[in-house]
Amino acid sequence: MRIAEWKEKVESHGCYDAVSEILERIEKSKLNAYITVCKDDALKMAEKYDRGELKGRLAGIPVAVKDNISTKGILTTCASKMLSDYKPVFDAHVVERLKAEGAIIIGKANMDEFAMGTTTETSYYGVVRNPYDLDRVAGGSSGGSAAVIAANEAVLSLGSDTGGSIRCPASFCGIYGLKPTYGLVSRYGLIPYANSLEQIGPMADSIDDLALLLEVIAGKDRRDSTNSGKEFKFVPKDRKLKVGVIAEMGGNEDVMKRFSEAVEVIREKHEVKEVSMPSFKYALAAYYIIAMSEASSNLARYDGVRYGYALEKLDSWRRYFSKVRAEGFGDEVKRRIMLGSYALSAGYYGKYYLKAQKVRTLVIRDFNKVFEEFDVLISPTMPSLPFKIGELADPLTMYKADVNTVPINLAGLPALSVPIGFERGLPVGLQVIGNYFSENTLLNFGKWLGERM
Amino acid sequence: MVSIEDVYHTAELAKIEITEEQAEKFRKEFEKIMDYFNILDEVEEDVEPTFHVLPITNVFREDVEGECLSQEEALSNAKHKEEGYIKGPRVVE
Repeated sequence: MRIAEWKEKVESHGCYDAVSEILERIEKSKLNAYITVCKDDALKMAEKYDRGELKGRLAGIPVAVKDNISTKGILTTCASKMLSDYKPVFDAHVVERLKAEGAIIIGKANMDEFAMGTTTETSYYGVVRNPYDLDRVAGGSSGGSAAVIAANEAVLSLGSDTGGSIRCPASFCGIYGLKPTYGLVSRYGLIPYANSLEQIGPMADSIDDLALLLEVIAGKDRRDSTNSGKEFKFVPKDRKLKVGVIAEMGGNEDVMKRFSEAVEVIREKHEVKEVSMPSFKYALAAYYIIAMSEASSNLARYDGVRYGYALEKLDSWRRYFSKVRAEGFGDEVKRRIMLGSYALSAGYYGKYYLKAQKVRTLVIRDFNKVFEEFDVLISPTMPSLPFKIGELADPLTMYKADVNTVPINLAGLPALSVPIGFERGLPVGLQVIGNYFSENTLLNFGKWLGERM
Repeated sequence: MVSIEDVYHTAELAKIEITEEQAEKFRKEFEKIMDYFNILDEVEEDVEPTFHVLPITNVFREDVEGECLSQEEALSNAKHKEEGYIKGPRVVE
């Protein structure tokens, strides 16, 4: 549902009834998209709106927030047993911004455990189902945030993207999702997985809605030392672009059929040429080595002492930490922490971690080179249609599904997933990649394309 | 090759207790994944590594008192606490 449609509903029925309707839909839902629903608070806020006491650019609009983004006093679990009773004592920067603009936080969206996954099957709270086929996944890791938009269980949502976690579920659920330029949105209050790669980003049913949410959450925050301090303002602009189709980023037959049709549509107005990015052959391996290494360091904080899952009895520290972490983390999180520890351990640092950071330089160099000539680059967002639940049981097979999305995070660039229609009744997404801080170009192009598909 | 000893050593580094059954499962998975990671050996060109994608320099501020969490807030998520302190596990074995 778009904001314009929501406003019509609120106009005719009042915010309280409109929010009640959404809450009823969530209660009956088979998607498992929420971990926590903020029923009482949402209704109180709706009443406040109806009394004319809620002001701001997002006043009275229900927004879902991914469950790795801190919400003061509201359970923030990261979809992990480790944080299943954790209530933050502060709001994330983006949540402060939502509240300041009068948004109604309707609930905390389900995700892969600590955002480690491509399907939400690693969630301690169970998989998020695809709104178009309940036997398939909604994508990950921000699966809940995407599914709630497609199923009208929220109007806007926030996700986070470390290697495709906004774009993948946006593609699988047929909605818009943006991974902003690294540093555009403050990460303060985002529970970290891989700091040098991740960004919080907006998800919505239209580009205008997505742009409004980005305007609200982007901007200066000194509590994130990697924040660029830049603000964002959407400026509609219609111009002919030079579009590069990345040769190394493909998809299976179903996806390529839909993608090729989109390319034909783009050709009608824009100049389209194929480009080659030789370093991408190594991007997936480099991405996973860096992400796992950062994860092993970040997740060292979960020791069952200051917060999170704890045992009844304290023991010697080694036994206590090892037991807490054995019981609190799921298998995929353990895999990534252990592989990260391995990649950083004595004797392997140069072979894996340092080498991966060098590949990162090569990936950035490839991007810089093509952006001298092209305005945007395109590819299928995901190489396949939404997976069947259980289809990606092997970890390496799951990692390989991220092949089209991870190079963007290595370089810190912005990328948007645009819904381009359906194949076999399932949504397909097209990824648009831009140069640093070129969100306006991406959103204008995405809007133009989305209206034609 | 990833040996079972590698898996136990890594689990010890990561402070995650694992069972024998898990160790064997992880060993097989790690071998496959590390084997894939070895694709990086093909990269011959030596360039400077990138640790941060944006040219960001350190931000300094005056050393002045600011807001912080209250003691009650700071302790609110801890299970083991006593007299306003968090109680940790024994560190001397």
